Amino acid sequence: MEEIKTDSLKEKDEVSEDMQLLNDVTKNEYKWGFITDIESDTAPKGLNEEIVRFISMKKEEPEWMTEWRLKAFRHWQKMEEPEWPNVTYPKIDFQDIIYYSAPKRKPQLESLDEVDPELLKTFEKLGIPLEEQKILSGVAVDAVFDSVSVATTFKETLKEKGVIFSSVSDALKEHPELVKKYLGSVVPYTDNYYAALNAAVFSDGSFVYIPKGVRCPMELSTYFRINNEETGQFERTLIIAEDNSYVSYLEGCTAPIRDTNQLHAAVVELVILENAEIKYSTVQNWYPGNSEGKGGIYNFVTKRAACRGNHSKVSWTQVETGSAVTWKYPSCILQGDYSVGEFYSVAVTNNYQQADTGSKMIHLGKNTSSTIISKGISAGKSNNSYRGLVKVGKKADNARNFTQCDSMLMGEKCGAHTFPYIEIENNTARVEHEATTSKVGEDQIFYLNQRGISSEDAVNMIVNGFCKEVFNNLPMEFAVEAQKLLAISLESSVG
Amino acid sequence: MLVIKNLKANVEGKEILKGINLEIKAGEVHAIMGPNGSGKSTLANVLAGNGGYEVTSGEIYFEGKDLVELAPEDRAREGIFLAFQYPIEIPGISNATFLKTALNEVRKYHGKPEATPKEFLELLKEKSGVLGMDPQFISRSVNVGFSGGEKKRNEILQMLMLQPKLALLDETDSGLDIDALKIVSSGVNVFKNKDNAVLLVTHYQRLLNYIVPDYVHVLSQGRIIKSGGKELALELEEKGYDWIKNDELIEENV
Ligand SMILES: Nc1ncnc2c1ncn2[C@@H]1O[C@H](COP(=O)(O)OP(=O)(O)OP(=O)(O)O)[C@@H](O)[C@H]1O
Ligand SMILES: [Mg+2]
Repeated sequence: MEEIKTDSLKEKDEVSEDMQLLNDVTKNEYKWGFITDIESDTAPKGLNEEIVRFISMKKEEPEWMTEWRLKAFRHWQKMEEPEWPNVTYPKIDFQDIIYYSAPKRKPQLESLDEVDPELLKTFEKLGIPLEEQKILSGVAVDAVFDSVSVATTFKETLKEKGVIFSSVSDALKEHPELVKKYLGSVVPYTDNYYAALNAAVFSDGSFVYIPKGVRCPMELSTYFRINNEETGQFERTLIIAEDNSYVSYLEGCTAPIRDTNQLHAAVVELVILENAEIKYSTVQNWYPGNSEGKGGIYNFVTKRAACRGNHSKVSWTQVETGSAVTWKYPSCILQGDYSVGEFYSVAVTNNYQQADTGSKMIHLGKNTSSTIISKGISAGKSNNSYRGLVKVGKKADNARNFTQCDSMLMGEKCGAHTFPYIEIENNTARVEHEATTSKVGEDQIFYLNQRGISSEDAVNMIVNGFCKEVFNNLPMEFAVEAQKLLAISLESSVG
Repeated sequence: MLVIKNLKANVEGKEILKGINLEIKAGEVHAIMGPNGSGKSTLANVLAGNGGYEVTSGEIYFEGKDLVELAPEDRAREGIFLAFQYPIEIPGISNATFLKTALNEVRKYHGKPEATPKEFLELLKEKSGVLGMDPQFISRSVNVGFSGGEKKRNEILQMLMLQPKLALLDETDSGLDIDALKIVSSGVNVFKNKDNAVLLVTHYQRLLNYIVPDYVHVLSQGRIIKSGGKELALELEEKGYDWIKNDELIEENV
């Protein structure tokens, strides 16, 4: 397992170190020494300090930010790419990647006729309305429906409540003190290989701030923020819920996302203060590669929530159907007394997909409790691993954890694996773990057939039944879409 | 309604049905009896189109259609219903969702509109009333944690909801207590009319006191070795199966 740095002392160190550096930098005249053409919209391939500076400058970041990125980069250079996950993929050449290109609008097409018919078929199956299909595939839309207008009304409502919902870049300009206070405070760049890389080169991402006592009046969705820009390769999301606040955040969408960038390494940091709650729902549907396993996105994500206040709560719900290789362990650091962490996950792998996902629950405060419900479905020749850590610290009296991880196999060539790790330093802890493995039985399918239900529908019903506990935690609309998405992902996997 | 001609079928490469001939007409009740392992469930599964069973020769016609060509779901939609000897559990799918999906699939196939939630609930109330089923069953997962008898009752509920033309009841009576046997039998009798037919597989003459068959067939080692009226069941109960086997041997020798 990669190491988890959790104590607040460490964070303070980081901050004062940052201050130190900031001073150093302002004292010395900053030398750019740039070979790279500043006017260029794209950095040359490869990664070095110069590129990191270039990115920071392009984004007009304050100097402390540049320095933070540089420190991350220097740290990353000293690190090794992790090999413990149960996945295999060709070695990534980090010098063969372009780390910056100006935010691109999706290529504009004249009409839906120009869109990949496969993609359109999928849209249809998902029941995505025509106008929305156009937006998603980059076709010019009627002015009336332009999502900008939707987004505008949306923004005004939030503003009234004092909710900040913007890109991290904008937040750096408009609320630098907030970004500086919290960025890297949950996932320090020292955390792991990909977190360090992300810190050095992150493109952009969402920033959310919910002030004290505010219940965010609507579900916040990346869909509104990203509009028609391509999603970044190294996204960084930061959400802060002040005392007694609540927000539900939706990430991703069910429409299949293609991207020319193969490597994706995102970081998500959630800060939850006293009596506050964040509900974070993800539907991940990156291109998984073709049925022979060619192409497809590598998705290495670090997601972590710090429940800092007493009675704070975080709930991660994720439905993962895409990517060729997924590596993702949304974690909860339960620092505040009585804080609660939940993780509900459905991970589907088909064809040659590989997923190594799970959760980490770190109990530090007293009377903290956590729940992990993980449903892994493997089909084709895919490999699906659950990896979870439940850690109970010395002071975490009466910590409770319940973990259930169920695997479902479709066919004979796929694999499901479970790696639960439990570390307990307090003997009042109560930790329960349940695991099951089942097969979609021919007899179940025949039973449904015999009642007039086709094999395809039968498989969907069985799989949805299997995932029910997780879907129940998704916002209603998302849940319906997720069900359809699952059906599409598993299409033709049982014949 | 159903015509079976010289039907042979394999399971895992082994021949189980060795030439079955049987005709069932609308309005009739047929009972099949026979020793364990003689092929009764195999016959029922072959008729329903279970992919684990391979038809090697012979013909099956249902309402003039060649059944062997039809996918199992289409056979069900055409009106063939199998009450399983061992009903299958499906976690996470409620009985209500399951029944509603099945009902609407059948309706769709016949060009009828889907049942509205109200229609569905009323139908469900009526049919589960016949079987004296606790309404709570409906929100539970299909057969999960059901007792043996509850599972059998649930099969009959599905039959009443779907109103098939031909119901194949594979040992629906086994595992039922005396009261449940009466209730389930009355469910079958409510279902029965001049336009549909029932083929029931049983080991016990007792059931046939409640559901009176027009014909009784004895299946042994993959063949129907004797057919008769309802009195044949009584005779079997008294004498067991050996006397027919002996009879048959004598006939063959003659
Ligand atoms: N899936 C299978 N694999 C192997 N053999 C099978 C399978 N299904 C059935 N058989 C065999 O076929 C034969 C007939 O089985 P079948 O279930 O049709 O008997 P039955 O008449 O219904 O018996 P019972 O009265 O015990 O229910 C048996 O010898 C059984 O072992
Ligand atoms: Mg049997």
